[in-house]
Amino acid sequence: MVKAEKEIANRPDNTAFTQQRLPAWQPMLSAGIVIPGFVLIGLAFIGIGVALFVTSRSIEVLEIDYTGEDKNSPCFKCSDQDVKNCVCNLEFSLDSLFEGPVFFYYGLSNYFQNYRKYAASRDDDQLSGDLDAFTSPSDSCSPFDLNGNDKPIVPCGAIANSMFNDTFVLYRVVNGVKKLVPLDGKGIAWWTDYNVKYRNPTVTPLKNAFNGTVKPISWPKPAYQLDTSDPANNGFINQDFLVWMRRAALPDFRKLYRRITEGEYEKGLPAGNYSLKIAYNYPVLSFHGTKKVVFSNVSWMGGKNEFLGIAYLVVGSLCVLMSIVMLIVYAKFKFPEDD
Amino acid sequence: MDFTQLRNIISRYCVGEEIWVDSRTVYIGHKEPPPGAEAYIPQRYPDNRIVSSKYTFWNFIPKNLFEQFRRIANFYFLVIFLVQLIIDTPTSPVTSGLPLFFVITVTAIKQGYEDWLRHKADCSINKCPVDVVQQGKVVRTQSHKLRVGDIVVVREDETFPCDLILLSSSRYDGTCYVTTASLDGESSHKTYYAVQDTLAFRTEQEVDTLHATIECEQPQPDLYKFVGRINIYKDKEEPVARPLGAENLLLRGATLKNTQHIYAVAVYTGMETKMALNYQSKSQKRSAVEKSMNAFLIVYLFILISKAVINTVLKYAFQWSPDRDEPWYNHRTEIERQRHVVIRAFTDFLAFMVLFNYIIPVSMYVTVEMQKFLGSYFITWDEEMFDEELGEGAQVNTSDLNEELGQVEYVFTDKTGTLTENNMEFIECCVDGNVYIPHAICNGQILSAASSIDMIDSSPGGYRREHEDLFFRALCLCHTVQVKEEETVESIKRGIHQGRPTSFYISSSPDEVALVEGMKRLGYTYLRLKDNYMEILNKDDEIERFELLHVLNFDSVRRRMSVIVKSSSGEYLLFCKGADSSIFPRVVSGKVEQVKARVELNAVEGLRTLCVAYRRLSESDYQEACLHLNEAKLALQDREQRLAQAYDIIERDFVLLGATAVEDRLQEKAADTIESLHKAGMKVWVLTGDKMETAAATCYASKLFRRTTQILELTKKRTEEQSLHDVLFELNRTVLRQRSISGLSVDCLDFGLIIDGATLSAVLKANQEGAGCGNYREIFLDICRNCSAVLCCRMAPLQKAQIVKLIKASKEHPITLAVGDGANDVSMILEAHVGIGIMGKEGRQAARNSDYAIPKFKHLKKMLLVHGHFYYIRIAELVQYFFYKNVCFIFPQFLYQFFCGFSQQPLYDTAYLTLYNISFTSLPILLYSLVEQHVTMDTLKRDPSLYRDIAKNSLLRWPVFLYWTCLGLFDAVIFFFGAYFLFDNTTFTSNGQLMTTNTQMMFGNWTFGTLVFTVLVFTVTLKLALDTHHWTWINHFVIWGSLLFYVIFSLLWGGIIWPFLNYQRMYYVFMQMLSSGPAWLSIILLITVSLLPDVIKKVLCRALCPTAIERAQSSRPCLTVEPSTIFMLSQSSSRMSF
Repeated sequence: MVKAEKEIANRPDNTAFTQQRLPAWQPMLSAGIVIPGFVLIGLAFIGIGVALFVTSRSIEVLEIDYTGEDKNSPCFKCSDQDVKNCVCNLEFSLDSLFEGPVFFYYGLSNYFQNYRKYAASRDDDQLSGDLDAFTSPSDSCSPFDLNGNDKPIVPCGAIANSMFNDTFVLYRVVNGVKKLVPLDGKGIAWWTDYNVKYRNPTVTPLKNAFNGTVKPISWPKPAYQLDTSDPANNGFINQDFLVWMRRAALPDFRKLYRRITEGEYEKGLPAGNYSLKIAYNYPVLSFHGTKKVVFSNVSWMGGKNEFLGIAYLVVGSLCVLMSIVMLIVYAKFKFPEDD
Repeated sequence: MDFTQLRNIISRYCVGEEIWVDSRTVYIGHKEPPPGAEAYIPQRYPDNRIVSSKYTFWNFIPKNLFEQFRRIANFYFLVIFLVQLIIDTPTSPVTSGLPLFFVITVTAIKQGYEDWLRHKADCSINKCPVDVVQQGKVVRTQSHKLRVGDIVVVREDETFPCDLILLSSSRYDGTCYVTTASLDGESSHKTYYAVQDTLAFRTEQEVDTLHATIECEQPQPDLYKFVGRINIYKDKEEPVARPLGAENLLLRGATLKNTQHIYAVAVYTGMETKMALNYQSKSQKRSAVEKSMNAFLIVYLFILISKAVINTVLKYAFQWSPDRDEPWYNHRTEIERQRHVVIRAFTDFLAFMVLFNYIIPVSMYVTVEMQKFLGSYFITWDEEMFDEELGEGAQVNTSDLNEELGQVEYVFTDKTGTLTENNMEFIECCVDGNVYIPHAICNGQILSAASSIDMIDSSPGGYRREHEDLFFRALCLCHTVQVKEEETVESIKRGIHQGRPTSFYISSSPDEVALVEGMKRLGYTYLRLKDNYMEILNKDDEIERFELLHVLNFDSVRRRMSVIVKSSSGEYLLFCKGADSSIFPRVVSGKVEQVKARVELNAVEGLRTLCVAYRRLSESDYQEACLHLNEAKLALQDREQRLAQAYDIIERDFVLLGATAVEDRLQEKAADTIESLHKAGMKVWVLTGDKMETAAATCYASKLFRRTTQILELTKKRTEEQSLHDVLFELNRTVLRQRSISGLSVDCLDFGLIIDGATLSAVLKANQEGAGCGNYREIFLDICRNCSAVLCCRMAPLQKAQIVKLIKASKEHPITLAVGDGANDVSMILEAHVGIGIMGKEGRQAARNSDYAIPKFKHLKKMLLVHGHFYYIRIAELVQYFFYKNVCFIFPQFLYQFFCGFSQQPLYDTAYLTLYNISFTSLPILLYSLVEQHVTMDTLKRDPSLYRDIAKNSLLRWPVFLYWTCLGLFDAVIFFFGAYFLFDNTTFTSNGQLMTTNTQMMFGNWTFGTLVFTVLVFTVTLKLALDTHHWTWINHFVIWGSLLFYVIFSLLWGGIIWPFLNYQRMYYVFMQMLSSGPAWLSIILLITVSLLPDVIKKVLCRALCPTAIERAQSSRPCLTVEPSTIFMLSQSSSRMSF
């Protein structure tokens, strides 16, 4: 009896799992599945590819470099570092209506917003409105944390310090008269950045919060005076500041500056001559960078992007091609399951 | 049967010249020698403790840590962790410290638990009670407290606690019977002797009066060799010295039989006993998979270092111009500026190392350990490997070798108790061609199974009757079997009438017992030997008495034995039984043809056959024989030779009576198992301590040798005739010739080699002496390689290990497996790559020291063909997949360095870096590696040749590894540049901003990383899904579950401002990405592109050059439809695979 009990105790459980006999689906990449599958995927991809390609083609992009390296460039005079408060005018004309909504970007190249040290050089506590962080910025901001007099810099860090500070004013030239084109700077940054992630200190007026701190070395104005026209667009929730703080992934990048959506330009920029007044402040020649402005419209799939459409087309055709190759292989070498 | 002589020869070969390094003097009962004897120098001996554990409580932590950090991977992670602590690196030390701590802890707990089990096992042995004589009293103490010099009392069926010198026994002649089954596998009873001067001691008090010392050699591992001397001091007399030999030494592990009790003195204790010396030190076994894993690891380490070096060099090349080195927007701090450039470069190098260190995944080791540990439960859980009799299933002692079970090329098996049941059974006898089978007996009536045999001439009844009577009497008389004393004649009689299967015979030869038992079943019972009269109970229930005059003992040269008896009617009869080859030449009459035919038939069946003959001696013949014998026995010189001559003269002119057939019952399905192993491409060697004939018969029975097998003999008998050199070369020529003739059709003839221990050690020794006589070892290996089966007989335990070692070290480095059940197999079990213990009757030493223990030999089939196969493919996929997924993971990060000025900017967020291997991609592969079945278990069992598909580590060879790595690189390039082109050429933006519409937002670098990472997680998980052939609910749950987990985690991680983080860089990144149409499109595109090449490769390979396994997979659907065609199809598919 004892032995019988022992046997039962030692006997392994007879369950499907312990005996490795769980019911299972045993799929196989067989001819019957793979060839039709490839054809289907291929056709679907080609379809998407065509749609993407056509859409992308319809998007207009206007890019103008204004670095001023070239002597003929209107901004050549400003490219000298020593010239302060330089303004240059960029003239361009449109042959036809530039369909709206038009997005207005500035672009930088050879600019590494993704340097590791640069990327870390910020204090999120400060940027979320923590007043303690105003007086003692995080070490990660170094060497942009304290100025020469050991006064804390707000906002600290390399990213904030290097904020893009060229400004643009667009005029439409109608019969020799410059007509201001209204630019919409609202909602160009992430909604969450504007509403949640970045917070100004809850001190009114905002200026008081910055007592005892200094503005970043490269900034002409302190953070609470970034937008004199709209008091709500100052401090850390200034849209341009937010756009800048979201670092680009790659060294050649563009960032949204304004949208042209208002008034008579709702449908787009009509054909004609335009003049762009640029307050040239931002030095890029020292690191062989370039600056440009870009006008573009968008579609359901975002900005102009021929790559995605072409990639879809190529992959789709490859799939179809491979299914044909496989069909030939199948015909030649009979598969065991065909027997 | 006298084996001592042979043993001495073997031992001489095994050990070489005996070396008296030192001797030890043992004071029996710890008494001081009388004054005048040599100066008393107390020697220190170890106590009788057996230690198999590795750690103690105190040294566990330092020793275990040391052992763990000796592993290259652990050490590597420790270094990375320290680097992260010291320098400013892109990732936090937690990312590598936490997993490392986890790994080390898990492993330490596992190893600690295993060692604790060993401690427990040791403890139970060491605490086992032992009776010691102290001051004339028997005192019970614990085994480990025994000291050299203690007098020990051992009772019947007890195991000797240490090596003992027999002083006296309960038998009056001072002998005792011992079975050494657990030591050398011989289950027969052996007789050991006490020295004349001590055998008279009967009680403890008497034994305690003994005043003597024993001088003997220092411990050495040869079981059959012992040299010593006992000096007995009597009152005021010169000490009497008596020689001691192996016949006086009782070995630890042997068991006392048929003797009530003995007194003996301990000479070797604890780790110095011959049994312990025959154990080999436990070395950490590492599987072939682990070795390839380490090789891959080194490649990856190299890749890692070169990546870091390339990046460091490029970084400084890139920073050559000052505007790149320190653009105005990214100034360095003063401290950084002052740092020397070399230090900066070195720090950068280390930072790159840290950044890319994930390419060697710490979690791989955790996963592999977990896979092995958890996976091994499937062995213990397996109901098919559960034995009803034992009430036990398979055991796993080390889970490190699971996958090695799928890689076995050589199987070394013990014979007794492993292949066979170690249980002799009388099958049949034939008298003049008439077959008698015990099963066909009803009520004592012999029913001749004559129908089964052709009766060539129907002899007159009287003649036949006479031979029959003589035959049965011959078998009852011609033996050296003893009857257990407690059995009385009456009780035996009663037993027979009640049909009770009593076993009361003992003999050094189990065959003889089987024969006498068989006779009993046929109606003739040997009762006893009393006053030189042998008594037989015949089938008419009458007692016949024969006077035993002479016994002509068995020896292995003559291969027969004889007795001369005088019947009650005064007739002198010589009965002889022996091997057919030694009887037939001496036969003058009888039905030789019929008997021969029967003998051959039986031999082919694998039965052990003996022929029986007799000769009637006249009075004068008898006198003459007596004369010869006495003369030879009294001779002082060449006694052996003269005895042999005398036997030769006497044993002739026989009349053939018949033959017997005895079976050493093979274990259930042993032949089937061996056949399967053969089909699976494994070479099976039988290593046994048993004699050649017996072993060969077993080999035939177990289909190791077939009828077509050409047997090559490399035995002492042959090497005595020719020199070893000639024999070796001749055999080699035979084998080579055959190979060249057969050419392509290899299967037409296979060879079987038989080698004995003596020759083996000669082969091995010759090599050591130098290259002058040619490299025997190589030739021997060459012969072995061409033999499908090899039988090594007369092996000492250490020789078994030597053979295994020899094969292991041969140039192909094959994976070996040793399976055995006794303590004599322990050394080979420890030596082989995989050691399997059978939970046999002969103790549990083998099972304890093995890596895996199974109840029966037949379970080996499922163990290797099913479990081994599964484990191998599982772990191979696990290893390759791990490297693959980490290439996919880290290579984009490497590529990103080219676009971030080599600034060590991580592409992915810290959470992703840490969790990628731990949670996003770990469970699917772990579960895959636990439950994957690429073909069903039944297919694997049915078609052993599928095992060849994975032989030689085929799934972890360099080309396969290269394929996986290239696939990883390809995928990584696709991920990175796919995202790159989407971000670079154009504004990759979202127009579906939350809450408002018609906005354009810019995506930053974290979105870039998240996009790559999302594609990465989906691709590697789906790649595994493509490789999964066996989708249970677990797979579905884990694969889809972990993808879902990734999405949910990312939503959560980005959806909340985490208060404990000092940065919020991932805030809403994932959601914003998903709100963009092109992101979706590109994720789908990139996943598809990454998976395409693998799918195409799979499909094309399956079409162009399918492996046997792939064929088996393909034929699966048909099988489920038509179960009746299963066998046919599997056969055809296996034929196609060749």
